[in-house]
Amino acid sequence: MKIVVCIKQVPDTKGGVKFNPDGTLDRAAMLAIMNPDDKAGLEAALRLKDQYGAEVTVLTMGLPKATDVLQEALAMGADNAILVTDRVLGGADTWATSTTIAGALRNIDYDLVITGRQAIDGDTAQVGPQIAEHLGLPVISYTQDIKIDGKKVIVQRQFDDRYHILEAEMPCLLTALAELNEPRYMTPGGCFDAVKAEITTWGRKDLKDVDDSNLGLAGSPTKIAKASDKVRKGAGEKVTPDSPEDAVSYIVDKLKVKHVI
Amino acid sequence: MNLEEYKGVYVFAQQVDNEISGIAYELLGKAKELAQPLNAEVTAVLIGSGIKNLADSLAEYGADKVIVVDDPELKEYRTEPYAHALASVINEFKPEIVLVGATAIGRDLGPTVSARVATGLTADCTVLEIGDFPLVAVPGQEQKHNQLLMTRPAFGGNTIATIACPNNRPQMATVRPGVMQKIDPIKGAKANVVEYNPGFTPNKKYVTIKEVVKAVKNTADIMDAKILVSGGRGVGSPENFKILEDLAAVIGGTVSCSRAVVDAGWKPKDLQVGQTGKTVRPNVYFAIGISGAIQHVAGMEESDIIIAINKDEDAPIFDVADFGIVGDLNKIVPQLTEKLKAELANK
Repeated sequence: MKIVVCIKQVPDTKGGVKFNPDGTLDRAAMLAIMNPDDKAGLEAALRLKDQYGAEVTVLTMGLPKATDVLQEALAMGADNAILVTDRVLGGADTWATSTTIAGALRNIDYDLVITGRQAIDGDTAQVGPQIAEHLGLPVISYTQDIKIDGKKVIVQRQFDDRYHILEAEMPCLLTALAELNEPRYMTPGGCFDAVKAEITTWGRKDLKDVDDSNLGLAGSPTKIAKASDKVRKGAGEKVTPDSPEDAVSYIVDKLKVKHVI
Repeated sequence: MNLEEYKGVYVFAQQVDNEISGIAYELLGKAKELAQPLNAEVTAVLIGSGIKNLADSLAEYGADKVIVVDDPELKEYRTEPYAHALASVINEFKPEIVLVGATAIGRDLGPTVSARVATGLTADCTVLEIGDFPLVAVPGQEQKHNQLLMTRPAFGGNTIATIACPNNRPQMATVRPGVMQKIDPIKGAKANVVEYNPGFTPNKKYVTIKEVVKAVKNTADIMDAKILVSGGRGVGSPENFKILEDLAAVIGGTVSCSRAVVDAGWKPKDLQVGQTGKTVRPNVYFAIGISGAIQHVAGMEESDIIIAINKDEDAPIFDVADFGIVGDLNKIVPQLTEKLKAELANK
């Protein structure tokens, strides 16, 4: 079985978002990490490899420094890594990103494509299903559990107040939730192998059956009209009452003033 | 693509188990507002099996027209037949704007449909308005009027961006539940109901549903609550949520929680407030033992009054609280409950 996992390098929003003195986001001060949902997708692929035997390829689109997350994936146990990078791909929205990744995937044999549900920088959850659409694959999003049965995949999918057990024919695309599993750590041996492993780099010319008009900023239907750091509601009062009784009177007063009681 | 051909504001009227989801009414409320400057009709697209009778309620909440796609293949939500239904409606009727709820269903359906009809999609919007793109005229660039301007938070709620889709139609957005206002229903309103069936021929993209397991719904929907008593990791244990439940009972509120509490297995996911949970805006939000991670704040900062109790005076929750109390929740909350009980008994 051949599995491709699509991963993205993102700034870490957990564990401390850093701001510049003027209140804007200090991206340079934040760590770049493998997107958590993608990492869960990779872990799911590696577990399928452990259980059924599989060749796992990781693929990312990004700047050359995104090789960091490919190295990490190799150290966790992925077999091959592909970086799709090209100046003309920059500024892509989810449509142009998905056409790019679909163009790369057309060069690869796979039974299963796994993506994270969403990346913590954009939070769109759109690229996975859009890749599937471009490739004509069945898609199952919000995957919680994955089993293989011959040429079929049986998946548990989370959906608000219920979950579905779904069966799809492979090849198909699954989007994974960070809740899916606890990703393994890199092993020393894995790190050693990862450093030796070769990362394949593809550019625009390596994308198959994609029109230039669907790539990069120019090929993105959505355009940013305005972007700003969010203006938050300012802090109100903060008090440190001497006793719980004082705290209670304070709260009750406020609830009265605001006509809640 | 002749953009002029595309007319009207369309809403995907999500239904589950043949019951219209609240988000459908919220979207209709917004669609009505957007349709005004465009001088356009509001159309609800109702997709399912045996659902024709639901069209009237959509009319009462603002739909001028309801397109019904009714087919046995559409009984339970599946990506492919639903995407085929909505994409076919778009190709046939050519709407200018399509709004979809940013629910689990909508965020699965939206991307597939937008890719199929080759247009842009903006995820999880919190503000929608009609305006110019670019916002300010730029020499040498055509400024387009009457564009859908879609505003959404990104980066875990740290940044906010306004996005347009000037050269493709329809302009598509998924919209966060609980943000748009539904209108007061107009009793007896009728819509022009159009039945449309593009034909459903199962192919390999039709996944098979082997089983549907519904979670037992024993909790009130926190998105409807006027008062939320929300607990975080600081509450200490699942048993200790009892003091929050007592407070909620006295004040007529509902208990909710932070992600840490769900991750610890203390409370079910449907009580979770925040970016990966629900967006709430009650009249009063008690944040008790909640540190106030940015992802949590993104889901509750629109509350009218935020009261925070936390023993850590540096907790970021105090940056958004209207009234912050530094102190021990284990002492304050039970006494607050007793005091409120006495106060309310005197009324």
